Amino acid sequence: MPTTEAVLPKETYNDQIVRLFLLGAAVWGIVGMSIGVYAAAELAWPALNFDVPWLTFSRIRANHTFGVIFAFGGSALMGTCYYVVQRTGHTRLAFTALANFTFYGWQLACLLAMATMPFGITQSKEYAEPEWPIDILIAVVWVSFGVVFFGTLARRRIRHIYVANWYYGAFIIAVGLLHIVNNLALPVSLTKSYPIYSGAVDAMVQWWYGHNAVAFFLTAGFLGMMYYFVPRQAQQPLWSYRFSIVNFWALISVYMWAGSHHLLYSALPDWVQSVGMAFSLVLLMPSWGSAANGLFTFNGSWHKLRTDPAAKFMVLALVFYAASTLEGSMMAVKTVNSLSHYTDWTIAHVHAGSIGWVAMITIGSLYAMAPRALGRPAMHSHGAMELHFWLHTIGVLVYVIAMWAAGVTEGLMWRATGPDGSLAYPFLDSLIAVMLFYELRFLGGVFVLSGMVVMAWNLWHTAADARAHLVHPIPVPIPEPIAQQVPPPLPAMPAYG
Amino acid sequence: MGLRYQHFESIEKHAGKLGILIAIMVSLGGLAEITPLFMEAHKVRAPAGVMPYDALRLAGKDIYVREGCYLCHSQMIRTLQFETQRYGDYSVASDSVYDRPFQWGSKRTGPDLARVGGKYSDDWQRLHLEDPRAVVPESNMPAYPWLARERIDADDIVARMRTLRRLGDPYTDADLAAAPKALAGKTAMDAMIAYLQGLGVSPPQQERTAAAGGAR
Repeated sequence: MPTTEAVLPKETYNDQIVRLFLLGAAVWGIVGMSIGVYAAAELAWPALNFDVPWLTFSRIRANHTFGVIFAFGGSALMGTCYYVVQRTGHTRLAFTALANFTFYGWQLACLLAMATMPFGITQSKEYAEPEWPIDILIAVVWVSFGVVFFGTLARRRIRHIYVANWYYGAFIIAVGLLHIVNNLALPVSLTKSYPIYSGAVDAMVQWWYGHNAVAFFLTAGFLGMMYYFVPRQAQQPLWSYRFSIVNFWALISVYMWAGSHHLLYSALPDWVQSVGMAFSLVLLMPSWGSAANGLFTFNGSWHKLRTDPAAKFMVLALVFYAASTLEGSMMAVKTVNSLSHYTDWTIAHVHAGSIGWVAMITIGSLYAMAPRALGRPAMHSHGAMELHFWLHTIGVLVYVIAMWAAGVTEGLMWRATGPDGSLAYPFLDSLIAVMLFYELRFLGGVFVLSGMVVMAWNLWHTAADARAHLVHPIPVPIPEPIAQQVPPPLPAMPAYG
Repeated sequence: MGLRYQHFESIEKHAGKLGILIAIMVSLGGLAEITPLFMEAHKVRAPAGVMPYDALRLAGKDIYVREGCYLCHSQMIRTLQFETQRYGDYSVASDSVYDRPFQWGSKRTGPDLARVGGKYSDDWQRLHLEDPRAVVPESNMPAYPWLARERIDADDIVARMRTLRRLGDPYTDADLAAAPKALAGKTAMDAMIAYLQGLGVSPPQQERTAAAGGAR
């Protein structure tokens, strides 16, 4: 056997790119959430705007959303995607140079977006704020990401494509489509453009995008993460593979219809509103199906919750996923929506989904992946992970409960009428009524942010070997070729080829 | 399982097939909901008398967009009793045909502005934008004092009108020629106030109700 080893160069996993994205995720997580905490403070104490244009709430709000969704979430998704597609296919990542470009290109796009938006360079379309030159850069990086991903799938050594990759694949295809269609615009100058859509059509395109950015960026992508790291951490096979197939096709096709529930009782044609509402209700089934599949995978491993902080993050993430998808479907019912829309209930819902589901599955997966990618047996500090879990959980609960209370208060006050049928409260009264909740929300944000700082500290120390370049690349376990295998087995790819 | 699963197995083992099927499945919803709106958009565009923003109000609208006002103020009065009681007639599609991008918003930390035009005086608006708490002590709105110090660049606005014309907004050559004079000496604050004071005012009542019949 030593002779064959000498002939075949050893193929190793490309974990360097995974480490880079891990670093990106940790840094952007802290940046994006710090801006969120500051923006929350501005709503509670408006003097903090300091009359400085680029510090003003309405200018930096997009920096928070873009920072956490695309910079933090995007880095975490791309990093874990590269990790998972290699492991599930027993192959090295395709196109090393292009993969590096996706890292640097993505970070550049995020930096440019974050640096231009506070100066009023914005399309003002929610979650699609960056102006057209940045949009083009994002599109180029995204297509490259797709090429690396599908290129790696093409050279996999395991014929069966594991379900996590379907979600990552759907995430890449759909986000590319959404990004391009929603950002079609005619430039006036380098920093200003007008969308080709106007009014009601623009509203429909924007919320088709906005809703499905949630569906494919914040759900499908993170479900991909879940489908790999949950069975891995639970050390159990997926509860039902067949169920994951049904949920996959249902989820990706139904989600795309539901965007118009953001525009109920608006000037959008009634039929579109009703279709959006109906599909939103159907959407509950694949959403709960995915959550159940993840949770039941822990059957036989529930004892891990006593000792393993990564498993705790994952389980609570799935609970928040189930809770916020139920809430989302209910909020899409017109009657409920008439109360919840335009209030802080929306903010509560978004954050139950984002810091509940998305951030927790990400943190759980990072804690599971980081030691392996950084050449260590475990994270540097177990206690720090426990601390992070409790800081994060308390933070999410305080935040979400405060915003629920605020939202319901606003909704009820806006519709309240006196015995003579006239409105009971001027608008300002509803703002005064929720100020306490705004202060509590800030507190919740501080907890979540502190947890992120603890994680960054822990990652930094776990990465000590990697920083000293002492990490050895992990060899790809190449399956034994079967006689007359079709297609013929791939030769090993050298690390820098 | 059996034979039917074998068909599925081929999807699971071919990345290309999987990718194409995903692309088809995710496209259906958007095609079904957005395509008819594109066709309907031509009908909504029709109402006579609804004019595109004049130069000053266009400058104001773009400052509204730039400052991110839509993050706390909606411009969409929903078809609900308590909304029309508070804000006026419900919004219809023709109200926003010239809004690129639309400004319906998604959150009201402050009140809806779809029909705020004429509800407050110019002086109130100016004071309020300079220092909201000077007129509404409990407000948490940021102040925008820099607007009063910023001159409107007429060339820039004319370029914007030209771009909008290419997108189909009916600006005439006379509109473009008149713009620099209308903008001379104006500040961003003047533009913003002109925009706010025009919100919900321009389309006459009867045309709005006619359009409502068509759009809903």
